Amino acid sequence: MADSHTFVLPNSGHNFDAKASKMGMWLFLFTELLLFGGLFLVYIIYRYLNQDAFLLASFELNVWMGTINTIVLLTSSMTIAMAITALQKGNAKLAITLSWLTILAALSFLVIKYFEWSSKFEHGLFPGMDHFDGLPLGERLYFYLYFFMTGLHALHVIVGGVFIAVVIRLIKKEKVTKERYSLLENSGLYWHLVDLIWIYLFPLFYLIH
Amino acid sequence: MSETVVQQPSFFQVKKGLFSWIFTLDHKRIGILYLYSIGFFFLVAAGLGILMRLELLNPGRDFIEAQTYNQVFTLHGVIMIFLFIIPSVPAVFGNFFLPIMLGTDDVAFPRLNLFSWWLYILGALFALSTLVFGDGPADTGWTFYAPYSVKTGTNVTTSVLAAFILGFSSILTGLNFIVTIHRLRTPGMGFNQMPLFAWALYATSWIQLLATPVIGITLLMIVAERVFGIGLFDPSIGGDPILYQHLFWIYSHPAVYIMALPAMGIVSEIIPTFAQRTIFGYKAIAYSSMAIAFVGYFVWGHHMFTSGMSGPAAIVFSIMTFFVAIPTAVKVFNWVATLYKGSIDIQVPLLFALAFIFNFLIGGLTGLVLGALAADVHVHDTYFVVGHFHYVMFGGAGFAFFGALHYWFPKMWGRMYNKKVANTAFALLFIGFNTTYFPMLILGLKGMPRRYYDYLPEFHDLNMLSTFGSWILVTGIIVMVINLFAGGIKGKKASANPWNGITLEWQTASPPPLHNFDKMPELPAGGPYNYPNAKNASH
Ligand code: HEM
Ligand SMILES: [Cu+2]
Repeated sequence: MADSHTFVLPNSGHNFDAKASKMGMWLFLFTELLLFGGLFLVYIIYRYLNQDAFLLASFELNVWMGTINTIVLLTSSMTIAMAITALQKGNAKLAITLSWLTILAALSFLVIKYFEWSSKFEHGLFPGMDHFDGLPLGERLYFYLYFFMTGLHALHVIVGGVFIAVVIRLIKKEKVTKERYSLLENSGLYWHLVDLIWIYLFPLFYLIH
Repeated sequence: MSETVVQQPSFFQVKKGLFSWIFTLDHKRIGILYLYSIGFFFLVAAGLGILMRLELLNPGRDFIEAQTYNQVFTLHGVIMIFLFIIPSVPAVFGNFFLPIMLGTDDVAFPRLNLFSWWLYILGALFALSTLVFGDGPADTGWTFYAPYSVKTGTNVTTSVLAAFILGFSSILTGLNFIVTIHRLRTPGMGFNQMPLFAWALYATSWIQLLATPVIGITLLMIVAERVFGIGLFDPSIGGDPILYQHLFWIYSHPAVYIMALPAMGIVSEIIPTFAQRTIFGYKAIAYSSMAIAFVGYFVWGHHMFTSGMSGPAAIVFSIMTFFVAIPTAVKVFNWVATLYKGSIDIQVPLLFALAFIFNFLIGGLTGLVLGALAADVHVHDTYFVVGHFHYVMFGGAGFAFFGALHYWFPKMWGRMYNKKVANTAFALLFIGFNTTYFPMLILGLKGMPRRYYDYLPEFHDLNMLSTFGSWILVTGIIVMVINLFAGGIKGKKASANPWNGITLEWQTASPPPLHNFDKMPELPAGGPYNYPNAKNASH
């Protein structure tokens, strides 16, 4: 219906605006940080009230698996950052390969997490199981937080992986390109956040003595 | 149609059919989608409110069982808070008018905007599904306090998930507005040339962004506790219920400003237009919004004076609560000063704005009573609280919403409602509102507790008065709604600028064309409210 002479404002919301989309992403990451921030707050309070129990309970975790997962995630943060640079330099193929590597890392992370969790289940360490319900209160609180926080983090790993997969498709369709790489950059930012949160979860649950 | 030579089709005419609406990317259509959805839920929850008042007409059980009553006030509260008042002004009028007032053609992320609306609908479906599935709607009150919310057999999980999804929708709207304000203002419009409504939305959006995630995670913890036994709040399996209250109010107090600030933004638009006079203290109003948003973060403890809190903490929370009153009062003084020596034209929108000031004043001052430590112990969880928050949310924010509807109606539909009927509806609403809720304040002072379907015989008279009031109130709502529908269908055609407003939305046609402007909008010289022919114009 609209005729070809339609006046278009210079500051149109339908223009492509890389700055706007980056700003939007940062604001969103901010809300994600606050989401986990609420949990960190709960962690701090319960840890403060149950220091010894938290320490005892943390011995149940496998530091090696946690360390490997940390390395996996850090590496994947590097690959996605390299993917962005590759696309900026016009090498779409390399960008796609590096993005796939990131997704591979995400999958390895989840597999390792799966083994960690299932060994807890085998030891009866989940709410409702006999062994768990016999634990002292503080240790139960530790595991409540452990399952909730690492579970929520794992969900974010999945979301981040799917996000990157979508961007790979768009690079193939040349919707995300050397000139318009915002979406890849945003998926990278999101992935760094996932990484960052793990960087905090790891010492909180595995390392603090 | 005849006055202008080439008339662009309005955004209503561009495309037709259901799909052109529910998949639209046009911010104006999305605003209208929100209006109909939000309006619908307001009417549903108002119906529940009327039912409760009917039950409370006489002491003893009239027609609602105790358990049903608990579910009714919970559903009423959940719908009114999460489906009506929190999204109301930003989602409807923010969506429709923010881009136009900034002189642009859409929000920064049109697709995300549509997605927010779909999330809203999904959340609404979750909330309503509790009526049909499982063991009925939650009976916890809209606050979902643990440990009861973890133990009750009613459908808390679904209600809580509804609130979570709606929170997400609200975050995305806020994010969209912040980026829009930063990136899409018309050339030449600095932050300090923005209309005050835009400022109010800006402050609100930050609160939506900074506070909502906290309740999001808290509600997820409730779900995890119910579904997997992750006992973070139930003391019998490990947790601390007071911690739940803290987390809940860290969001829910700032949420009060998500409701109040946009309402104040509307009043700041209406008053200069109907006084035909520059707003008094533009910067004071703009920055006090930010100040309220900031201080509002540090007062949540005033909801918990009686739940167990150390003396010093209580004193700090109480003092901070008193501080919030200062920027709020600054605004009221500025509005009154704007009216002083203005050429006041008393039209329906102005009446609603004045009613906002009146009701909000009562709501705010009773809030100070509740924020004072000794007084709160006496009136905590009584009808004084019920009266107080209805004055703030309904008499304040709700009336501002109605005011905005009457103010921008001609712009949105290009037609004018019947002003005489609108005046009558306003009078019914104002009288009905005060007759319903003022008695509640007195009942509370006398000690009548909230959240019961029954009361002692000595409270009978005032309860009857309150219920009569609710009948006047509901008549007002019905008259207003019918009048607006009639006006939208067959009202007189409205001109582009029926109120002689000066902000940018009045420069374009009514209703606006798809891209909002046919030519570059012109900023008024000397600030957004500098009326050229007013006595105080600065040139
Ligand atoms: C037709 C208008 C309305 C009527 C007749 C009405 C009436 C009531 C009544 C009787 C209660 C229950 C008091 C108790 O037993 O404790 C109540 C609670 C409540 N109302 Fe309204 N109300 C109306 C509109 C509103 C509006 C517009 C809002 C918000 C914007 C609102 C928000 C609430 C909330 C949050 C509660 C508390 C629910 C709880 O205790 O969990 N109401 N209302
Ligand atoms: Cu509060």
